Amino acid sequence: MNRLFNQLKRYPLTWIVLVAFMIGALLSFLSPFFFTVGNFTNLMKQVSIVAILAAGQSVVIISGGIDLSVGSVLALSAVVTGWLVINGVSPEIATLGGLATGVLAGFINGVVIAKGRIPPFIATLGMLGIARGLALVITGGVSYQVLKPFFLYIGNGKLLGLPIPIFFVIATYIAMHFVLSRSRFGRHVYAIGGDEKVSRLEGINVERRKIAIYTISGFLSAVAAVVMVGRLASTPPNVAMGIELQAIAAVIIGGISFAGGRGIVLTSFVGAFIMAMITNGLNILGVSSFWQQVLIGLVIIAAVWVDNMKSARR
Amino acid sequence: MPSPAPSRPTAIVVPDETALVRMEGISKRFGGVQALSNVDIELCAGEVLGILGHNGAGKSTLIKILAGAEQADEGRIFIEGKEATIANPADARKYGIETIYQELALCGNLDAPSNLFMGRETERLGVLDKKHMRKETASVLDRLGIKINSLDVDVENLSGGQRQSISIGRAVYFDARIIIMDEPTAALGMEETRLVIDLIQQLKRNGIGIFWISHDIHDVYAFTDRISILKGGRNVITCPTSSCSQDEIVSMIITGKPPASFGEVEELAPPAGALAG
Repeated sequence: MNRLFNQLKRYPLTWIVLVAFMIGALLSFLSPFFFTVGNFTNLMKQVSIVAILAAGQSVVIISGGIDLSVGSVLALSAVVTGWLVINGVSPEIATLGGLATGVLAGFINGVVIAKGRIPPFIATLGMLGIARGLALVITGGVSYQVLKPFFLYIGNGKLLGLPIPIFFVIATYIAMHFVLSRSRFGRHVYAIGGDEKVSRLEGINVERRKIAIYTISGFLSAVAAVVMVGRLASTPPNVAMGIELQAIAAVIIGGISFAGGRGIVLTSFVGAFIMAMITNGLNILGVSSFWQQVLIGLVIIAAVWVDNMKSARR
Repeated sequence: MPSPAPSRPTAIVVPDETALVRMEGISKRFGGVQALSNVDIELCAGEVLGILGHNGAGKSTLIKILAGAEQADEGRIFIEGKEATIANPADARKYGIETIYQELALCGNLDAPSNLFMGRETERLGVLDKKHMRKETASVLDRLGIKINSLDVDVENLSGGQRQSISIGRAVYFDARIIIMDEPTAALGMEETRLVIDLIQQLKRNGIGIFWISHDIHDVYAFTDRISILKGGRNVITCPTSSCSQDEIVSMIITGKPPASFGEVEELAPPAGALAG
């Protein structure tokens, strides 16, 4: 019993889930409209895109890197999907085209970082501009309408009473959690994040692993694009601007160390959920969105502060 | 200086045939700098060979060539009498060569089993076999008499000696026959150094050959079987540790010349004087 308690105390998910419950309880106390099935369904839909991006970002940050390009890659994937649809390609194939676009963009990020020895911050900052620019070039700045049942189902359909985007989130997190905790690749992600030089000396193929890490992030950006296209039924090239910062914030609030090598991917979902709860709850309470930004900023700093105190005790 | 001269030459003999490692005529140039010129070195099973020299004497370069981190421009390497091609660290591992570094080459954020199996993790049906790795780690550490509070804590919470023991455990587990120790005790305190040295004695008894690179004359003098001194990328002398005093060793490191009383030695081992001229 005591041992179980100790294990629970050490498990990274425990504390952040408690924090999420406290925020949820506070908000339900302040407004009767917060803790309702309708609002929670809404909340899950709102959180889905950032949550999917945060899963990819978690893998990158645990490896000691960062991916600033996820919002732009999302937009480019969406635009490619839309372009294929208006040129007569079936929605399913067009979606595969969008996913391939994300994979390619992530792969290029990985190659530039691993082979070109360009810091992830710079490489993905470059891709942020390139992918967004290409999305604008392809569309000429306009948004494609894609009112196909396939997309409408993904965006608004339900399965087992739950909105479809939630299943994308669940599948993403199960897959990433498994990969990080149970595969050789995952172990190498932690090793590289812990000490890249040692990883190399001990025979880990760091370059290949990095390419895979950024390819995963690109792929998940494209998965988020699928959900985005479903929800909007269109593909505006300026969609998801600045969303990379929300994804990074979700990872940090969840408690993954920015220094790399530590943390588990599931906390990033809770981080994303906490941010969405704050926005959603304060909207219900009628607090100005300007103040919401201030509050989220404070939460990010507080999260890292707590993380630092934990590290100091280590 | 006391000179028990008669006893010296007899201990020099190293039978070529049984040498575990033989590096022959190794030369290496970095740009305009000749790091190694025609260096020979031999290591036998169950022996600790101290490699001594100032910074820049070429000892690290020599050992990096054996570990696959550098390639020699000239020269040949024989492992147990067979010529070996070592192009990268993975090749070195195939020949049973493991390197233990001064800077405690472990990932502090991972536990002992993860570090011991790093880069060589075992899987079952594509899934990490954590149970197996944990069990094997416990058994190899136990075999070496290494005590670690818990296999589940991140190794950054362990002492330097315990961490170095994990590196040694790793070498033993993967059946190293040749262990290169590059300043293995430089980052350790006295007691921890003791711990590592005890482990070395065990490895020796198991017939593992050890290269011991160090600045610390006391360490080297205390438990190497033979020493090989380099200066300016050339052999100065290779001789049994017991055949010279600590002062003589220091003097050879500095001057690059064997003391006059080593006259007989020159006939048996290729002396530095001849090469340096």
